[in-house]
Amino acid sequence: MANFFTDNPDLKFHLEHPLMKKIVALKERNFADKDKFDYAPMDFEDAMDSYEKTLDIVGEICGDIVAPNAESVDQEGPKIVNNEVVYAKGTQENLDALVKAGLMGITLPRKYDGLNFPIVPYIMAADIVSRADAGFVNIWGLQDCAETINEFADDDQKERYLKRVSHGETMAMDLTEPDAGSDLQAVQLKAELKDGKWVLNGVKRFITNGDGHIALVLARSEEGTQDGRGLSMFIYDRNDKAVIVRRLENKMGIKGSPTCELVFKDAPAELVGSRKMGLIKYVMALMNGARLGIGAQSVGVSESAYREALAYAKEREQFGKPIIQFPAVYEILATMKAKLDASRTLLYETSRYVDIYKTYMHISEERKLEKEERQEMKRYQKLADYFTPLLKGITSEYSNQLAYDAVQVHGGSGFMKDYPVERIYRDARITSIYEGTTQLQVVAAIRGVTTGGLLDRIREFEVMDLKPELHGYRRTLIGMTDEYERAVKAVVDVKDTEYLDFQARRLVEMAGNIVMGYLLLLDTQRDDKFRGSTDIIIKRGKAENHSKAGFIFNSTIDDLGFYKPGLEEA
Amino acid sequence: MGLKVIVLAKQVPDTRNVGKDAMKADGTVNRAALPAIFNPEDLNALEQALRLKDRYPGTEVTILTMGPGRAADIIREGLFRGADDGYLLTDRAFAGSDTLATSYAISCAIKKMNGVDLIIAGRQAIDGDTAQVGPQVAEKLGLPQVTYAEEVLSVDKDKMVIKRRLERGVETVEMPLPGVITVNASAPDCRPRNAKLTMKFKHAKTITERQGEAEDYIDMTADRPYLNIAEMSVNDIDSDAKWLGLTGSPTKVKKIENVVFQAKESKRLTPSDEEIDELMKDLIANHTIG
Repeated sequence: MANFFTDNPDLKFHLEHPLMKKIVALKERNFADKDKFDYAPMDFEDAMDSYEKTLDIVGEICGDIVAPNAESVDQEGPKIVNNEVVYAKGTQENLDALVKAGLMGITLPRKYDGLNFPIVPYIMAADIVSRADAGFVNIWGLQDCAETINEFADDDQKERYLKRVSHGETMAMDLTEPDAGSDLQAVQLKAELKDGKWVLNGVKRFITNGDGHIALVLARSEEGTQDGRGLSMFIYDRNDKAVIVRRLENKMGIKGSPTCELVFKDAPAELVGSRKMGLIKYVMALMNGARLGIGAQSVGVSESAYREALAYAKEREQFGKPIIQFPAVYEILATMKAKLDASRTLLYETSRYVDIYKTYMHISEERKLEKEERQEMKRYQKLADYFTPLLKGITSEYSNQLAYDAVQVHGGSGFMKDYPVERIYRDARITSIYEGTTQLQVVAAIRGVTTGGLLDRIREFEVMDLKPELHGYRRTLIGMTDEYERAVKAVVDVKDTEYLDFQARRLVEMAGNIVMGYLLLLDTQRDDKFRGSTDIIIKRGKAENHSKAGFIFNSTIDDLGFYKPGLEEA
Repeated sequence: MGLKVIVLAKQVPDTRNVGKDAMKADGTVNRAALPAIFNPEDLNALEQALRLKDRYPGTEVTILTMGPGRAADIIREGLFRGADDGYLLTDRAFAGSDTLATSYAISCAIKKMNGVDLIIAGRQAIDGDTAQVGPQVAEKLGLPQVTYAEEVLSVDKDKMVIKRRLERGVETVEMPLPGVITVNASAPDCRPRNAKLTMKFKHAKTITERQGEAEDYIDMTADRPYLNIAEMSVNDIDSDAKWLGLTGSPTKVKKIENVVFQAKESKRLTPSDEEIDELMKDLIANHTIG
């Protein structure tokens, strides 16, 4: 009888952010659906109440069904029967419950039987599901691929495919191949026109939920091309039964999620949008959505790690008292909570940016935007571009740190299969690898550093209204920002891209620490319960940034030679 | 073949996770300290009704509950899961009813409703544990009854086949329709609330709850009659006052005792094979298990 939404008041806190008023008004087009659909909201309060009631259902299913199934799903895993994937029993139960509850197509428009929710409550549902079972969120959460169909496919395709998603069919995004992982420009899966219809031939590897009902496939449609400009995006429908699941990977973690090797044999497919835009435009959109999803998964994993560690530390007694009473242990726990709070506030800030610009984008298909609206769309799109890789990079690394710490708090017991932290530790590991490794998130995020876009946003934070007792934190953050600016200058002035790449992660993390500090400060302004986490993140951030800046100020381009021991043989 | 199904449901205090303040000093249940929930086995009953609706299009599922005004929550919970409508039987005249008076009031209410093929109730409520109301309703309406039902296997025009879960096995029986079944906790759990139905029906209210509501919501319900939860009072049913409420309730509570388990009744074991073996022998010897 657990409810993973109501037992965590931090979720409601983030749901009720002041910017939601704007997001809901945009998303609901001033409540135009209220007379057309019996489940559409009448006004802002009604919409927020609907989000809350729906998240309550998610929380109940996760507490009562998904979380209790997590262990058996981890042990049993999916299997291949007659070239098709059969989920573990618990996975199927989880999916059935969420489908019956109508929790598919959450963000899709009502005309496609979706719930027409903004990204924020959808991401919150993903946050909750991930806490219950990090592997399961991959199957359920792939519904966000439908957003890419909604954005780029034609009306006929939307009509045929999106309703199926809303009714409970699962999705997959078939991008990776044996020789095209981080470098998707190397994709070789062949798309050809035969009698006016597209067919696909080739192999895809590491495809999450590869046997899902509806797949988005990246394929080479332009014969003779070698780079990303020869790639297009296709929809493959499993009902055509032209793809074989050749193999399931035996993974370290998220073992309930089937990771497939797929063989396409003259598989019929439909082109999405325009030829040659597959990687350049559509995959970029798809990946940004997926990265937000991994942010949610990372936060959910961090939440479960923190809760397991806290419960154990309160219960476990050594030297005559619960171990949580020892400074070495309570420091770990408080730092875990601070990183969790920082991750979550970054998650929902980014989600709000995405919400605003995506909704404007959809409105622009219905009518011409006003000048201010266009400016606002551009502003939030930029912010989403800067924050998404920052979010994915930082929260996934944090979830790994939290999982590590949760095992540590458990001592020897944490190393045993008897406690959930062992599974959480394995599940966390993938978050900083897939949908672009942390190293690739840095490549994406560094643009916000070098263009000054992140700095501009940070400087805007400086003028926030704050209670007098919080002014000291702002002074610290302003000092950190000045130092960051000097460090960026020191690196950029060298005018060497390899040197910039070398220092990039340090600069991105410095910006991240400042951003999280400000976001937590804003949260504390609204609710004093975040004061502790704010203090911890800002003080740790200050020390970390100082150390990184020190490293940068003491580096020269000539140092790169010392970092290339393996290069000579290559 | 659509069936008319009435689900009898009760709002009960959640007695499953009781704290120190669950009982008042006088030995009665402290309802304020316990959250009010949908009686668990009534949810099993609702699931059986909803499965019939899934299987036989045109089936209508109506929730009937008796209780104070706030028991309308139970009807909304049913609507969120797929029930079509609900009746709240509420009146001061029903206060203090035991199972006899309750089943009398409920059976009078059912007579006022537009015909019924099947009445489904949970086996028993967790606040009283009597398992009497379902069977008594059947008796008062002169209908056949099957208790401890776990699954409806098939439905014909005028009969249905039901699997019963008994202490030492399973029994499959046939019952003519209309009839009453009471459902066991071993039956499948109720489906979750559905998001769209929750959004559709969250504004469903009784006329009493509607008082003082904002005007635009009152306008909305004018266009959406399904948002009105029907309220029935003693004036809406044909009943004899002497069988209602406290007067109609022969059950008199003489005394309620708190049973406190003493520490001496517990025994500490080490997790060794020998101790577990001993424990099993003890439990079999005193018939706790086996």
